[in-house]
Amino acid sequence: MPGTMQYVVWLVGALLEAGVVVCAIKRKAFRRYLFLNLYMASEVVASAIRFEILQHYGFTSLTYAYFYYYSDALLTILLFLVLSSLYSEVFRELNAERYVQMGSVALFAGTALFSFAVVEQFSDKLLSRFVLEISQNLYFVGLLLTYILWAAILKLRETRTRLIQLVLSLGVYFSLYAANYALRNLYPSAEALFTVLNPLIGCFLPFAWAYAFWKLPEEARLAPAGLAVTPR
Amino acid sequence: MTAAFILVCSVGFLLMFFVSYCRSLLATSSSVALTQEVRDVTGIANQVAPDDFSRVVQLLQLCPERPEERGRIRTVSMYYGFLGVVRSTLAVAVPSLKAWADRERAQCGYFAAVALGRRIAFSRDLLAQQMLP
Repeated sequence: MPGTMQYVVWLVGALLEAGVVVCAIKRKAFRRYLFLNLYMASEVVASAIRFEILQHYGFTSLTYAYFYYYSDALLTILLFLVLSSLYSEVFRELNAERYVQMGSVALFAGTALFSFAVVEQFSDKLLSRFVLEISQNLYFVGLLLTYILWAAILKLRETRTRLIQLVLSLGVYFSLYAANYALRNLYPSAEALFTVLNPLIGCFLPFAWAYAFWKLPEEARLAPAGLAVTPR
Repeated sequence: MTAAFILVCSVGFLLMFFVSYCRSLLATSSSVALTQEVRDVTGIANQVAPDDFSRVVQLLQLCPERPEERGRIRTVSMYYGFLGVVRSTLAVAVPSLKAWADRERAQCGYFAAVALGRRIAFSRDLLAQQMLP
């Protein structure tokens, strides 16, 4: 069973996720970032259901493990929709949203097929291994898509501070999760350690998004060229 | 093999996004001018020096905390620590990296000084509220 500290981190994460939705509503940004807010609301619901299952079936039960990984995979798919909506926001003025969305769906379907093909070749426990494999690959593809979006922001000289911070924090989140899942795949014996890190990493995104909604007005602007690691 | 490749790329992207995210936090305070009061308290005459950050953070801790700033200051402190590591390791081999790290560390100091100004104003408001009948 998780210790007190893990419960506290879990609770803080869920509160932060709910906080994002509250901040977005208060700042009248709920509809503008609809998928983002739906994702955060779904995270809160998933946390509540995970807690219920944990109480009834226990941490080591198959029910909890299956629900955890499958809900995680579904939430990652929803996060892809968030990413797609951020693309739409950046490319709105170029009228290229439709192509971007079609590209995202094709890439996502390709990742799922690739993960399934890898697992089918190497594993007897097809479903459980598939979930871990697809999570790692989805987070990595999400990371690549976020990087392309960041490059587009720099190229198009997007100046909306809030949008820039939403994208950058998503990039940090995807990189942390992709690295964590890769480490779990590389060192299965240390899985317990990396599992503990998951909720901690999970707190970062809602914290950064809540901050972006609460503290940064939609009108705030900055020069993105000054943020790039290599000078532009 | 795939996992190792993903791990290496993820760490590289993580560093890039982390640096850009922290710079976006610093950029929000770069347009705010330092008040004379903050300059007097911190001893910053003209420009913030790369090593000023730790000293300004110590002064920050003496003022009542504003909860909404806690996370940002912690993130910038992590960034400052990361820059310190870059300065004492990679920058030994690449001198231009040292100048970049020092500029960024000075920006962190400026961010902390702006936060100090806000905290001083916050403390003054708190005091004023307590003085009211």
